Amino acid sequence: MLAQAAGDAAGAAGAALGTATEFVGPKVDWFALSPLLVLIGGGLLLMVAAALTGRWFKGAYALVTAALAVAAGTLAIVLWHHVHDKGPINLVKGAAALDGFGIFVILVICSSVLLSALFLDGYLRREDLDGVELYALMLMSASGGVIMAMATDMVVLFLGIEILSIALYVMAASHLKRIDSQESAMKYFVLGGFSSAFLLYGIALVYGATGSTNFHKIASFLQRNVILDNGLLMAGLALMLVGLGFKVAAAPFHSWTPDVYQGAPSPVTGFMASAAKAAAFAALLRAFVILFATQARDWRPPVLVLTVLTLIVGSFLAVVQTNVKRMLAYSSVSHAGFMLVGVHAATPKGTAGTLFYLFTYAIVVLGSFGCIMLIGRTGDADHRLSAYRGLAKDKPYLALVFAIFLLAQAGTPLTSGFIAKLAVIRAAADNHSYTLAVTAMLCAVVSAFLYLRIVVSMFMADAEASDAAREKITVPFLAAVALGLALVFTVLVGVFPGPLLDLARHALPIALGN
Amino acid sequence: MHTTLAFPVLTALILLPLIGAIVVALLPNSRPETVKVVGLMFAVGTGALTLYVLAKFHTHTGGYQMVSKHTWIKDWGTSWHLGVDGISLFLVVLTGILFPIAILGADPHHDYKPYTAWLLLLEAGVLGSFLSLDLLLFFVFFEIVLVPMYFLIGGWGYDKRIYAALKFFLFTMAGSAFMFVGILATVALFHKATGTWTFDLVEIATSQQIGVKSARILFMSFALAFAVKVPLFPLHTWLPDAHTQAPTAGSVILAGVMLKLGTYGFIRFGLELFPEASHHYRHVLIVMAVIGIIYGAICATMQKDLKRLVAYSSVAHLGFIVLGTFALTSTSVTGAVSQMINHGVSTGALFLMVGMIYERRHTRLIAELGGIQKVAPIFAAAFTIIMLSSVGVPGLNGFVGEFLVLIGSFRTARWYVVVAAAGVILAALYLLWAYQRVFHGEPTGENKNFPELKLSEGLVLLPLIGLIVFGGIYPRPMLDRIGPSVQRILNVVDQQLLKPANPDNEALPAMEAEGEQTETTPAHTTETTEVPK
Repeated sequence: MLAQAAGDAAGAAGAALGTATEFVGPKVDWFALSPLLVLIGGGLLLMVAAALTGRWFKGAYALVTAALAVAAGTLAIVLWHHVHDKGPINLVKGAAALDGFGIFVILVICSSVLLSALFLDGYLRREDLDGVELYALMLMSASGGVIMAMATDMVVLFLGIEILSIALYVMAASHLKRIDSQESAMKYFVLGGFSSAFLLYGIALVYGATGSTNFHKIASFLQRNVILDNGLLMAGLALMLVGLGFKVAAAPFHSWTPDVYQGAPSPVTGFMASAAKAAAFAALLRAFVILFATQARDWRPPVLVLTVLTLIVGSFLAVVQTNVKRMLAYSSVSHAGFMLVGVHAATPKGTAGTLFYLFTYAIVVLGSFGCIMLIGRTGDADHRLSAYRGLAKDKPYLALVFAIFLLAQAGTPLTSGFIAKLAVIRAAADNHSYTLAVTAMLCAVVSAFLYLRIVVSMFMADAEASDAAREKITVPFLAAVALGLALVFTVLVGVFPGPLLDLARHALPIALGN
Repeated sequence: MHTTLAFPVLTALILLPLIGAIVVALLPNSRPETVKVVGLMFAVGTGALTLYVLAKFHTHTGGYQMVSKHTWIKDWGTSWHLGVDGISLFLVVLTGILFPIAILGADPHHDYKPYTAWLLLLEAGVLGSFLSLDLLLFFVFFEIVLVPMYFLIGGWGYDKRIYAALKFFLFTMAGSAFMFVGILATVALFHKATGTWTFDLVEIATSQQIGVKSARILFMSFALAFAVKVPLFPLHTWLPDAHTQAPTAGSVILAGVMLKLGTYGFIRFGLELFPEASHHYRHVLIVMAVIGIIYGAICATMQKDLKRLVAYSSVAHLGFIVLGTFALTSTSVTGAVSQMINHGVSTGALFLMVGMIYERRHTRLIAELGGIQKVAPIFAAAFTIIMLSSVGVPGLNGFVGEFLVLIGSFRTARWYVVVAAAGVILAALYLLWAYQRVFHGEPTGENKNFPELKLSEGLVLLPLIGLIVFGGIYPRPMLDRIGPSVQRILNVVDQQLLKPANPDNEALPAMEAEGEQTETTPAHTTETTEVPK
């Protein structure tokens, strides 16, 4: 019906211009778009309905958001089987495609929305900011991520990034009572704007070099032609790498991460580190590993430099921080480095490894920031390392859960983090990139020091007398549910990784549309 | 239905302490006694199971027994593959014996519940490492043991416990980082050579499909991880700190079984997986081992703290094990394996007694102790036996391993043995001197009120002292079980050295290979395990 309306409108416009031909809109497979539609439509409906009605009962917004995420995820799973049997679906005349890869990323994004919503509820009530806006924005942002995951056209990809980012800028600023939150949003916005400009310029140059923005057309152009003077294409690739590198927080484009992660409300930070990262990596994988596979010899060396820098900067700078949120911000940079190891491999194994890493890291990082959110107490401001001391005495189970998430990030066996590292390093080893593999693992040792510092503070340092006056930490029910889900996932995937590994493997090959 | 159902005893061996840890974690916090009893029951149960394994073990077989194998990650070819042979058998038994003793013999003083739970988790991890026959599974257990040990040192240790715990964790993890990449590279290269994805130790070790040059590099990546764990000379600095700061039970387990993960790894994942490379690099490792023997002994002599002294003595004793391993004769390797057990028993007991001294006097400084023999003769007697075993006096178990290592290594590493033998003398020097300062003379100050060995403490020490004496007088049962497996591994080493350099593999210089063959091959094909009577 919507298409009909759009067609009518276009037709009317055409008529107004005096042309007789009627505009025919592209055929749209609505069912294949359903996860996206659920997120967008749900977000809009939630916004409107909440504005028109009075206050809903406690936790209702969060539950509706979570339900929407679950619905979108379920539709994605239904589509998974469809895609698996009949192959990728091309959408909207090759502007987007639904393939196993896209569905996998959609699942990551939906899980992030689910957990973030559950954390947000307690957070907003504690900070006395309860309202529907943040949930609606999160659904919007997630829909942007989904568009990125499905995009097979540079313009659509850019649209996705902007939808994702603009919602995120507002979300970062959503803590009205903290100037840090506004500051973080400002920084994110200004630097994010720059990075979008880089990306857009890159897209323009690629268009100039290949004559199209459509992935399929670019790929067939590159297959049929050998570009002798490829300066334009290379410049385009470089600029795109900068733009996407910014979104995944790869060094040297990571400098926004610590400030933004620290200032943004903790559940929003978790969402940023999971869904936004996943979407950006999806774009990176589809654009570079698949679309520009023919240019792999050209883009792999710079990606290697990025990878090594990201690993080193992320792990070493994390160690010297004293604020836990900043520490985890840098650690998220170093995790991006690990995922880049899989991108650099440029093989199906590397891609599957990165996908697996994305899913497990998203859950672990959300759990971590959930714990941080709870430990932050009202105000969400005191995240100095010393504020965590003696937590094991006060809240032993919360401390233990946080410690397990941290150990998972460090890559301890029997957690999902170990299998994830294994999956990407395995891809590097298959490519004989041993130096890179060893570098990555040594950086993991350095980061382990940082996670252990937090564990030490929680378990081995006693609370001091002045701490007694602090507010008691309360764990809202929904947050506890979210922590439980994340914990079960982390341990279960650590012990029985088979199904998720299969899922990541079967998510390939990545389609390019037509 | 008529066949007897094979009880997966090795799986049970890992799961039992794991279940124990979970059960303990679920107990109420307010009842330390219940926690201790339940924890002990699980540890004793596990110990009993290890004895069952010992009883069921077929003596004169070199291969793996009681194997159980289940697919873990099908796509990657990794499986839950457990098995025991002569090399791991006694390490498993030692683990089973030392854990209940450590739980019973040392009191954490606070937070009983997490303490006991971590210990049981540690036991599951250690047993898993000794039993794994899958590279990935081994790595999982090898790494996971760091976590409980880290919490034990950091939570129940002494003043500088946090520093020590961090250093321990990071050193070992840094070593493992290389092994991690090594394992993945091994698997990738094996796949390239054979077309199958597998992490199975037995499959990779028996087919020996990895090129010589690659195997050497891979061996080094494994060796680095094990050298940190053992620890070998330049990588040992974490050990004195970790040992000194760990609670008594932590030190007992660390010295008793966890250091053996390194020496065991050298045999299982060095000799067995990369025979040619082990042979090629043997001198490097022997040199490190011999330096460790002398350096550890000299450092031990200089220590003011009794616990630190015992810690450095471990560096020296483990040097003997590595020397024996890489001398590559059946006698020396058998000696190395039995030295692992003997060192575990005697050093475990030593740490227990040092812990008892600390409980009584709240100091471990040798200068503040003295004349204890006068006021506590039984305590002193027990200490004497254990200390003499550590010195390596004939008739006690410490002698057997060291003697076999030295005599077995003499053929292939003569001059190293000459130097290492000095270490035996130095061991007598530092231990006897320490004993003299702590126990002899007139008791001064608070030492006058040094309480005598309590019955409960005596009962804890009794099994260890029993093993020390029995192992010294009648080591045959142990050596009979170790020997065939050692022979099996060394046979593979021989085969690999006799094999003409494979043209596919990046040339092994023929001259060098021949020269080394003539030097070592006769040494261990003709030899049989000799047992001192």
